[in-house]
Amino acid sequence: MPLWEVFIRNRSGMPHKHCGSVHAPDAAMALQAARDVYTRRGESVSLWVVPSSAITASDPADKDEMFEPTGTKIYRHPTFYKVPDDVGHM
Amino acid sequence: MSLFPFVLGLADDALILGHRLSEWSGKAPMLEEDIALSNLALDLIGQARLYYQYAGEIEGKGRSEDDLAYLRDEYAYTNLLLVEQQNGDFAATMVRQLLYSAFMLPYLQAMQQSRDTRLAEIAAKAVKEMAYHVRHASEWVIRLGDGTEESHQRVQTALDDLWMYTGEMFHVSDDERALVAQGVAADRAAIKPAWDSTINRVLREATLQRPKDGWMQTGGRTREHTEHLGRLLAEMQVVHRAHPGVTW
Repeated sequence: MPLWEVFIRNRSGMPHKHCGSVHAPDAAMALQAARDVYTRRGESVSLWVVPSSAITASDPADKDEMFEPTGTKIYRHPTFYKVPDDVGHM
Repeated sequence: MSLFPFVLGLADDALILGHRLSEWSGKAPMLEEDIALSNLALDLIGQARLYYQYAGEIEGKGRSEDDLAYLRDEYAYTNLLLVEQQNGDFAATMVRQLLYSAFMLPYLQAMQQSRDTRLAEIAAKAVKEMAYHVRHASEWVIRLGDGTEESHQRVQTALDDLWMYTGEMFHVSDDERALVAQGVAADRAAIKPAWDSTINRVLREATLQRPKDGWMQTGGRTREHTEHLGRLLAEMQVVHRAHPGVTW
């Protein structure tokens, strides 16, 4: 049976976040399964289900070339700037 | 008719069907459906609690919801025969759920206008739950009916077997008619067109044959049950009866 990735929005205005997966024969049933499995405690105001097969994932074997190069580029972190007090939350 | 037996009947329907669904816990066809069935069961048991609490208050003899659920025998239960029928296979469980919820959704919608504010409030809560029951059961019946040869056969057989228990849902006793006249109870008979419409739509999409309206078996409301209720109650009540008043 096809696998579906489940995304939950737990409050209006917040993004949908991945929370897990369900098995279901089609999209309508996947939505019901997601509702029944992941929203039993009032976690959700909106649900997405996406066929797992529609997701293109990075290969764990490629992690050195994919992600390692960023490790030495700490200047990309916004820690070298002085934020003026007036700016407040950033 | 006093209000007590009317409310008790609604409570018994919800509890017995809720218990039946809970029998699937841990052994449904797939994990997702296992949780879904438990959710449906908990909706119904929650509704039963509200009705039993109210029934106990109406009766005024100090009986609690637990007393009414766990310390009444088969001959004191007044649930519809439909809801006490065994789970059978998954198709039979879904057909039973469809037949019941397709009735209860419009019935609860009507009960929201009850002149009894307590019953109207319970209906307002339950109606949202029941809308999901209709949706879930419908989608499964459609997929099983329009699925494989075997799933089609199983769901058609379940429909044929359970059909004779559907007539009881629309039966208004003389006592209940008085409550209908007072605006307290919704008229069960008037729910039939809405039920027909839902059932016909689902069966058409499911490529299933609607059974002919033949002999309709009744008796649940008058405490004449099928052989299945006694065994259900024995299992449901054994802990409470073995340990009276136990809490945890």
